[in-house]
Amino acid sequence: MDQFDLAIIGAGPAGMAAAQEAAGHGLRVVLLDEQARPGGQIYRDVDRAGSLRGDILGSDYTDGRRLTAGLRHDGIRHVTGAVVWAIEEGFRISYTREGRAAQLAADRVLIATGALERPMPLPGWTLPGVMTAGAGQILLKQSGVLARRAVLVGSGPLLYLIAAQMVRAGTPPQAMVETQTTADLLRAMRHLGGALRGWPYMLKGLKLLAEIVRARVPRHTGAVGIKVEGDGRAEAVRFTSRGRSQRIACDTVFLHHGVVPNTQAARSLGVAHRWNADQTCFAPVLDRWGGTDVTGIFIAGDGGGIGGAKAAEIAGKIAALRIAELAERLTEVERDGHAVPLRAALDRELAARPFLDAAYPPCAEALSPEDKTVICRCEEVTAGKIREQARLGCLGPNQAKAYGRAGMGPCQGRYCGLTVTALLAEANGRTPDETGYYRIRPPLKPVTLGELAAMEETPLDKAEKEITT
Amino acid sequence: MNPASPFLELEQGPRVSVTFDGAQLELPEGANLAAALLAAGVDVLRHTPVSGAPRGPFCMMGACFDCLVEIGGVVRQACMVEVSAGMDIAKPRGDADGPV
Ligand SMILES: Cc1cc2nc3c(=O)[nH]c(=O)nc-3n(C[C@H](O)[C@H](O)[C@H](O)COP(=O)(O)OP(=O)(O)OC[C@H]3O[C@@H](n4cnc5c(N)ncnc54)[C@H](O)[C@@H]3O)c2cc1C
Ligand code: FES
Repeated sequence: MDQFDLAIIGAGPAGMAAAQEAAGHGLRVVLLDEQARPGGQIYRDVDRAGSLRGDILGSDYTDGRRLTAGLRHDGIRHVTGAVVWAIEEGFRISYTREGRAAQLAADRVLIATGALERPMPLPGWTLPGVMTAGAGQILLKQSGVLARRAVLVGSGPLLYLIAAQMVRAGTPPQAMVETQTTADLLRAMRHLGGALRGWPYMLKGLKLLAEIVRARVPRHTGAVGIKVEGDGRAEAVRFTSRGRSQRIACDTVFLHHGVVPNTQAARSLGVAHRWNADQTCFAPVLDRWGGTDVTGIFIAGDGGGIGGAKAAEIAGKIAALRIAELAERLTEVERDGHAVPLRAALDRELAARPFLDAAYPPCAEALSPEDKTVICRCEEVTAGKIREQARLGCLGPNQAKAYGRAGMGPCQGRYCGLTVTALLAEANGRTPDETGYYRIRPPLKPVTLGELAAMEETPLDKAEKEITT
Repeated sequence: MNPASPFLELEQGPRVSVTFDGAQLELPEGANLAAALLAAGVDVLRHTPVSGAPRGPFCMMGACFDCLVEIGGVVRQACMVEVSAGMDIAKPRGDADGPV
């Protein structure tokens, strides 16, 4: 089995920056990502996108080439198309690549698996033609594929970014159905001081809004009673905004109300997580270097708490400094010296967050869906079923699995976990921390028998065979 | 470009033949399979095992598993696969080499 000083899971800004920093201090690094090319979610396929796509997506996207170029370093082995499905004590990492399972070993592991879009269970959200807004953006970034007649539904800065990109591509959305209210904006004003320190972000946000308005995309704010209608596929979005009930016909619906940390890998290792009330999600408990309560396991980027791409990049570097120091490639003094400017930059990056979190809260009716709405897409469990289980004495998500299979499908709760926690917490009058989350066990992604059978022989297997023959 | 598809493609490249549930399609070589199928007007990739409801790609990032298809008898996520010539794709039937 190949042995490394550091294994990094995820080649987004956090993972790429950490790899470069760690290799720069002499560590042997392996960087694993299930995508065929580096970039993560923000810089998805940035090396392959032509100039047309680059213009549509803007310089915040093409800026990612700086990070992908940094991976060309003798100390970094980037394993592309590698789906990591187990991280075990020691550390031994199991992954699948091109239909074969394989393993490698590392002294320390940095989890940089980023964020997932917050599940948005609304009536009709399982119909073909309904996708996450991030999925719509991935279609554009990775494939140059655009929805002709789409409605964007939800809230948050990313929704505006995607709308503006659609405008630039010549396929503006039919409408934006926005769930935030003027009251949310007023509440957010108390964070204005921080927001002004993060003024470049605010300015970018205003520019995006101006682009959307200039393209005459209708905006409906404070939308409630949202449902996707259609017979076998999405045909329209129905909602009420400012007291007026409306129906907008479309072929595609893009849903989005924020991103949340992807905690699957960290949870499988038993890393402690805590509820973050400001971001309405669980996040791992980290020290100021991204270290967890499991020795040797570090987390950087949006997987550690939502901060965005630039913050992810900086956090990746900070974690790499601590790991280089533990591997005795840096002294503590050197480590701290390198970290000073990074911490200052991180503070600036995070300054606008409290404002954004307050101004664009998650959509209330998706946090507590009506009884008939499917909340577990895999096993087709409804919100009503989870409430019924609570009445029968179900206190936590793991019990809910046993009662009704929620979270037991192939996505392993990625798109229902937070909803199940919220529904049970609400029904039982307990906090999300008391209610808890699904226990996650490897494999993190399904592995097939064929992939296991094709497992590359490890030196240990070979030695065993030699002894027995 | 497929005028019947709710999606349009910005760029045109070389295409290869594949089949989906027996029907022949010409998809861009090396493209993301889920994206290419959507652009070709195929929006239902599977039916759920529980209620038989139709599903199509939802997250495009390998997390939701709603894009499962069978390729040459193996169940895979279409959004994590690149198009290659001669792919034999079908809606999953449930008896293929699946997760353990
Ligand atoms: C769909 C989507 C689109 C987004 N678009 C934007 C945008 O346009 N602009 C913006 O500012 N922010 C965007 N964001 C927010 C985004 O989270 C951050 O900007 C930034 O990408 C976070 O960087 P990261 O390095 O923490 O993680 P990411 O960039 O998310 O990278 C994580 C990487 O980990 C890999 N990975 C995860 N699990 C595994 C596994 N088990 N095995 C192997 N590899 C794995 C993934 O393939 C991914 O490449 C988006 C988020 C999402 C979910
Ligand atoms: S579309 Fe979600 S896994 Fe492929």
